[in-house]
Amino acid sequence: MSKIIEVKNLVKKFKDFVAVDDVSFSVEKGQIFAFLGPNGAGKTTTIKMLTTLLDPTSGSIMLNGFDVMVNPNETRKSFGIIFQDPSLDTELTAFENMEFHAVLYGLGRKTMDDRIKELMELVELWDRKDELVKNFSGGMKRRLEIARGLLHHPAVLFMDEPTLGLDPQTRNHMWSYIKNLNEKEQITVFVTTHYIEEAEKVADRVAIIDHGKIVMQGTTTELKEATKTDNLEGAFLALTGRSIRPQDAGNDAMRLGARMWRR
Amino acid sequence: MHYANVIYILWIRQLKRYLRSRARLVSSVAQPLLFLVALGFGFGPIYAKAGGGDYITFLAPGIIAMSMLFTSMFGGIEVIWDKQFGFLKETLVAPVPRVVIMLGRTVGGATVAMVQGLVIFLVTLVVGFRPEITPALLFAPLVMFLMCMLFTALGTAIASRLNDMQAFPLVMNFLVMPMFFLSGALFPVDQLPRALAIAVRLNPVSYGVDGMRATLINVNHFGLSVDILALALTASVVIVIGALLFNKIEA
Ligand SMILES: Nc1ncnc2c1ncn2[C@@H]1O[C@H](COP(=O)(O)OP(=O)(O)OP(=O)(O)O)[C@@H](O)[C@H]1O
Ligand SMILES: [Mg+2]
Repeated sequence: MSKIIEVKNLVKKFKDFVAVDDVSFSVEKGQIFAFLGPNGAGKTTTIKMLTTLLDPTSGSIMLNGFDVMVNPNETRKSFGIIFQDPSLDTELTAFENMEFHAVLYGLGRKTMDDRIKELMELVELWDRKDELVKNFSGGMKRRLEIARGLLHHPAVLFMDEPTLGLDPQTRNHMWSYIKNLNEKEQITVFVTTHYIEEAEKVADRVAIIDHGKIVMQGTTTELKEATKTDNLEGAFLALTGRSIRPQDAGNDAMRLGARMWRR
Repeated sequence: MHYANVIYILWIRQLKRYLRSRARLVSSVAQPLLFLVALGFGFGPIYAKAGGGDYITFLAPGIIAMSMLFTSMFGGIEVIWDKQFGFLKETLVAPVPRVVIMLGRTVGGATVAMVQGLVIFLVTLVVGFRPEITPALLFAPLVMFLMCMLFTALGTAIASRLNDMQAFPLVMNFLVMPMFFLSGALFPVDQLPRALAIAVRLNPVSYGVDGMRATLINVNHFGLSVDILALALTASVVIVIGALLFNKIEA
């Protein structure tokens, strides 16, 4: 198998604060790779550097054979992303948002129409396709973001907490769709999530990051064995401690995550 | 073909957003109308007494230019809104060179501003403005287009470096307002004190205003060809700078 993502000694500093601290890892083509860590660990920052949205302070990133810093345009042709933060145009309708994305990614008219319908049905928004997004509920917006992110089939799909705030039905639909894409089209999936049991179910490999550093990586089984725990959540807690992170107060993920750790 | 489609979808997006925002439509007509009525009828008698002729005729092209200036700067600065609402990310990771994205946005914003200029032109007709029908009139759309491209690109360039909406009033008060007042939109620039005359000459808005006057009422200060050349040149430079800055946006 070949490496489709290769990150070496990646560092990102915001002024004096080191958000990503000498991170190295690689992902094999066709894998589902889970990138887990407490709030503020540096997951989103890492993804932003991998997807050309942020320039690293130092280090190197190869994605689908392209050096991300040297060749951002080719890199952008290689991935798709579902962002953690909102990224819809709320003044447009749901359908217009989908269409906009399809045109940006150069899908042909037929593929465009078929996939938009298929995906909007998957997330149960097809009958509301002509409504302005600003009138959608939080969960509906999230579902639209996911449908949009799956419109084109890239080599690597980044998903930054895709299932946050989604009902279990939609989560299941989404994951079976992604599993299918992953198997049929060999799409590599890079996912972050605070639903650790979700990661345990789908991930071929897991990396755990805390305070900007990767504390351990391997298969789920390897992580459980190394920490002598019997599920991934146990391993996660053993590796990252039980204290609640102070960062990002006010963020949904924080509240949700905090609730999870307090158990 | 792909890039052309991308430019088209960005263009149509700007138009949809403009047409859907009632508040923006209303206020974008109300403000120039207020200027026309208050200044036009307020200063009209004095202007006539000083031997200037009909003030509304002089003022109308300036007010059309003003509304295009405001609308296109606003259209460019909308990049900050898109940053804050997150939509910008969607376009920044797209498999299209960012210069294409920047151009699509700029053409879209400029079109909106041109439509706006046309609407205000109709308003001036209602208030009593009568353009001179001369061959120069044929160049009005070109002057409008260049002016709108220039200031949409300028707004985009500035917004590329800014991160929050708080900066918006700053840009309005310290850049757009001075450019507007020092453009000759409201007064003739023939007999100004030296310092002011230099400021007017360095201000790109002056050439837009002068171009509008040259085409609509066949009166001008710099000459229509100078206006068009100055606008085209500044627009090109600003578009290039805007594209470079847009290319460096981090999100
Ligand atoms: N633009 C920025 N300027 C300054 N600090 C930043 C910036 N972006 C992120 N940070 C900081 O970097 C750290 C890592 O943030 P990041 O968003 O990568 O965390 P995360 O692992 O995605 O967390 P979460 O699970 O809450 O999404 C945080 O402490 C955050 O405050
Ligand atoms: Mg995050």
